[in-house]
Amino acid sequence: MNLEELKKIREKAQRDLQLRQKQARIRIVVGMGTSGIAAGAREVLKTFLEEIGRRGLTDVVVTQTGEKGLASREPIVEVYEENKPVIIYGNINSEKAKRIVVEHVVNGNPVTEFAIEAI
Amino acid sequence: MMEELSFHIMDMVINSIEAEAKHIEVEIVEDDISNTLTILIRDDGKGIKEGEKIMDDRFITTKKGKTVGLGIPLLKGTAETCGGSFSLKSNNPKGIEIRASFEKNHPDLPPLGNLKDTFLILIGANPDVDFSFTVKKGGHEFVLDTAKIKEQLEELPINHPEVMDFLKKYMEEYL
Repeated sequence: MNLEELKKIREKAQRDLQLRQKQARIRIVVGMGTSGIAAGAREVLKTFLEEIGRRGLTDVVVTQTGEKGLASREPIVEVYEENKPVIIYGNINSEKAKRIVVEHVVNGNPVTEFAIEAI
Repeated sequence: MMEELSFHIMDMVINSIEAEAKHIEVEIVEDDISNTLTILIRDDGKGIKEGEKIMDDRFITTKKGKTVGLGIPLLKGTAETCGGSFSLKSNNPKGIEIRASFEKNHPDLPPLGNLKDTFLILIGANPDVDFSFTVKKGGHEFVLDTAKIKEQLEELPINHPEVMDFLKKYMEEYL
C-alpha cells in the first residue's frame, strides 16, 4: 500500500465527482471543545463522517467547533440546513448520530426526542 | 485527566483550528533511553496574544458556560503529574508550539489511545487544513503529511470517502 494508489482513486473518483458538484445542503457541526471531547464527541464525529461517507452524501459537510457553552448536554451536535431552523441536539452518542443521519439528514425529519433547541 | 492522551492531542489541535491555523504539525516521540513520551504540537494560527488568559487549574471562569482554555491546564496537569513537563511558546513567525512530556512508564500516565481515529477525524472534518502527523516509537517512524497527499489528489477533496478509506487502511498498515 502506497501513496501512488491515490492516483487511481483520484482518476476513478473524478469521473463521478463531475456529475455531482453541488452546494452543501446540510452542515453538521459537532462540539469538540475540551468538555465535548471528554464527553465522547470524538466517537460522534467519527460516526457522522463514516455514515455520510458510506452513503455517498456529497452535499453534506461534517465539521467541528470549539466550546458551545452547553457543557452539561454534551456531546452537542448542530444541524444547519438552508431555510430551516438550526436544530441543536444534546447528549448524542454514536447510535443517536446514526438515527440523526437516517431520519434528519436523509429523510428530512429532525429527531425531536434528541433536540434541545431549534433556532 | 482525559482518558487517553489522544484526546488531549485532539483538544490542542482543535484549539489551533479555532485560532485559524492552516498548517498543524503533531509529533509524538517515545524515547526508551530517556524513558519519556513527548507530544509536540506546532501551528501557524493567531497564537495567544499577550494579556489573553489561559485558564489556570486554580480557578474557573465565572463566565456562564464558558470553559475556553481549560484544555491547556488539563494537559499541563497530566504532564506534571506523570513526571514530565509542559511548555507553550510562540512559534516563528506566527502560531504556537506546545510541548508536553511524560515519564513513559509512569503509573498514572493515560494510554496514547486511538491515534488513527484522531488523525482520521481531524483530516475528515477539516479538509482545508494541512496536517503533518509524525509518530516515532520503537525505532519506527510514521509520517503522514496531508499536503503531499493533496498533491496526488489534485482537485479531489481529501475527505472524499474513498480517500478516507485509503487513509484508514494506510494507517492500519503503517501506524
